[in-house]
Amino acid sequence: MSNVYNLKREVEKPVRFTGGHRLCAGCGAGVVVAGVLRALDKEDRAVVVNATSCLEVSTFMYPYTAYMDSYIHSAFENSAATCAGVEAAYNALKRRGKVEGTVKFITFAGDGGTYDIGFQSLSGAMERGHDMVYVCYDNEAYMNTGIQRSSSTPRFARTTTTPIGSVQPGKKQNKKDLTEILVAHNIPYIAQTAPIGNFRDLHTKSHNAIYTEGPCFLNVLAPCPRGWDYPMARLAQIIQLAVDTCVWPLYEVEAGVWRLTYIPKKKLPVEDFLRPQGRFRHMFQKGNEWMIEEAQAYVDQKWERLLERTGA
Amino acid sequence: MIYAKDINERTPWQDLTPGGEIYEAGTARAFNTGTWRTDTPVFHEEACKHCMLCIPFCPDSAIPVKDGKRLDFDYMHCKGCGICKEVCPFPAITMVAGGVAK
Amino acid sequence: MSSPLSGNEAVAYAMKQINPDVMGAFPITPSTEIPEYFAQYVANGEVDTEYVTVESEHSSMSVCIAAQAAGARAISATSSCGLALMYELLYVAASCRLPITLACVNRALSGPININHDYSDSMGARDSGWIQIYAENNQEAYDNFIMAMPVGEIPSVRLPVMTCMDGFITSHAVENIELLETDAVRRFIGEYRPENYLLKKENPLAVGPYDVSPYYMEHKVLEAEAMKAAKARILEVAAEFEKISGRHYGLFEEYKMEDAELVLVLIGSTAGTAKAAVDKLREDGVKAGLVKIRVFRPFPGEELARALAGTRAVAVMDKSEGFSANGGPLFAETRSALYDLKERPYTIDIVYGLGGRDIRVEDFEKIFSRLANIAQTGEIGPVYTHMGQRSKEETV
Repeated sequence: MSNVYNLKREVEKPVRFTGGHRLCAGCGAGVVVAGVLRALDKEDRAVVVNATSCLEVSTFMYPYTAYMDSYIHSAFENSAATCAGVEAAYNALKRRGKVEGTVKFITFAGDGGTYDIGFQSLSGAMERGHDMVYVCYDNEAYMNTGIQRSSSTPRFARTTTTPIGSVQPGKKQNKKDLTEILVAHNIPYIAQTAPIGNFRDLHTKSHNAIYTEGPCFLNVLAPCPRGWDYPMARLAQIIQLAVDTCVWPLYEVEAGVWRLTYIPKKKLPVEDFLRPQGRFRHMFQKGNEWMIEEAQAYVDQKWERLLERTGA
Repeated sequence: MIYAKDINERTPWQDLTPGGEIYEAGTARAFNTGTWRTDTPVFHEEACKHCMLCIPFCPDSAIPVKDGKRLDFDYMHCKGCGICKEVCPFPAITMVAGGVAK
Repeated sequence: MSSPLSGNEAVAYAMKQINPDVMGAFPITPSTEIPEYFAQYVANGEVDTEYVTVESEHSSMSVCIAAQAAGARAISATSSCGLALMYELLYVAASCRLPITLACVNRALSGPININHDYSDSMGARDSGWIQIYAENNQEAYDNFIMAMPVGEIPSVRLPVMTCMDGFITSHAVENIELLETDAVRRFIGEYRPENYLLKKENPLAVGPYDVSPYYMEHKVLEAEAMKAAKARILEVAAEFEKISGRHYGLFEEYKMEDAELVLVLIGSTAGTAKAAVDKLREDGVKAGLVKIRVFRPFPGEELARALAGTRAVAVMDKSEGFSANGGPLFAETRSALYDLKERPYTIDIVYGLGGRDIRVEDFEKIFSRLANIAQTGEIGPVYTHMGQRSKEETV
């Protein structure tokens, strides 16, 4: 099979993530999960591991599993260790001739389960070098419990634990740069991606992550129409704006080499990304111009540094 | 083996799977989420160029593909989010109000 | 063959003989030696276990859960705060019906931090759905670990098993014990053949659902029934084990109970000291006896009631505080078990030995003397007391 990406060929593969799950209409996580699993070669089996999350409660509500492959959910904070356990079992059983064929191990967790409560487990599994892929579907808050801030929530965003008040402008801290922290683990492949356009970026990176030996990490932007407060039909446009404003740059780090995989033709002002979302609405009130300025300055600084690192 | 189709809210404990395990693939397909729709996409086949851009953007895997052709919506699973309509470069998808395509 | 081994080494040796598929390993005093010994077996090629050196006990139990669900035999060892860190996952393991085997080397739970023995760690996990089997000495620690898998893995049970031994007292003291031949151990535990597992080719398996109210209770009833079924299975496995080892095990051990009137109920290595006290009192004509609980989960309530029927006064010895203000966990179970007897003995609870505080033969003599007094006068006095602490008052 050709390695050149072909959307028509990819979408004709049998689905591995089925309809009938209970994610909200327009949920970005469903798009991300289907997109990552589509990158599996047809003949390979997978074990899907899931942290407690919107995704988990929606896609394996007894007795309905939305996965065509084996699936395990254990807890919120341990999905990387859980994936490590499946991989360890595979190695042991393979060695003892008790399991046949190629099986791939893919973990899905939200930003709460990755940046915050599952961070130790993730760091441990990456350091130990298990042959697995960890996918963070990043919707920038604890959506399953009703939109509370996580360390992935961007500065100024309104959540139910960072509300807007007369003395507080939403979240006070900047978003943690988890992708960079993963780069510091010196694992074979790390990428930041999102479902855009014909899905080439998400697909290619997912395929790389799945088929690169060793621990690989994908950080995938997965907008939540409820938590971000935008019309659900606008998912693709919101993601495109995140990418074109350089709020969510698409890049990969393979064997220590940084590479930008998408450079916007025209870098848009950050307010283009902020304006359609209710969680940033207060930033556009009179007297709050400084918030947009500071948000822009932060994005610019991060982008410049990424350009330097990637040599773009 | 206990099958998902035999499990429902009247099943006695003796006939459920230990630990809530399921031994089959994709049993969620039996669950109808089409009733969630408040708006419904309508597929205009004559305007479709089968570019497939809508397929991966569907969060519910509710747009079937066969032999290089994009088929009509799987209305049992489509939740009517309208993402497909927004990514379609052609006038091949329109949204109508209500849960049923008219 | 007779070998001088510490409790930790004995259990590690049992693990080597079993050669499990996966081990989750993380150090914590006093169980640390178990993963250390095992690491050397791995380094020497004496086992081909996938040895996963995780970054926390939380992850070691997570690895075990996943590995067992994937179709592997998974083991771990821990103590105290390590077990406490696993707390959530202990419930997950049991509710997913995964027969993991865990060697728990009991140690007092923080705080304040203390590394010595009591049961506050495993007693905190008593309602997690794990089978709990306690050892008095190194031989029992070894034997219990070998019996754990056949108990937990049978489809009618499918529950994880925690084999417990006393930190330092058992784990670090060296005793001569009888080891089985490795072939005999492997034949005894057999191959692990779950019907469904994540890596099975013929059909996928989904584990760990979101279980809404119409199903959760039914699944808990299934789990409760499995725990009930475990009692018979433990005895069945013990009978098989006796055939290959010559050593007899029950749900509990009765010591000089035939005509006993004054009785101690306790767990673990304390039984050694207590037996010496019973012997001494028997020489003086006191009808003293002892029940040493081996299986705490499932709790052998009916069997214990039968054993204690006809006795006059019972002191339950709790080596953990439950802070119920109504006595420790062993007392709660024992007194509840006695309720259905037509003629019940008087019962008192003595909490002792916390954080490794010693108990001596003389202390047991005092307890028996109190029991004799209770039996004679019918006056129980305070039901729930502590013993061994410095106090301005008499403590027994």
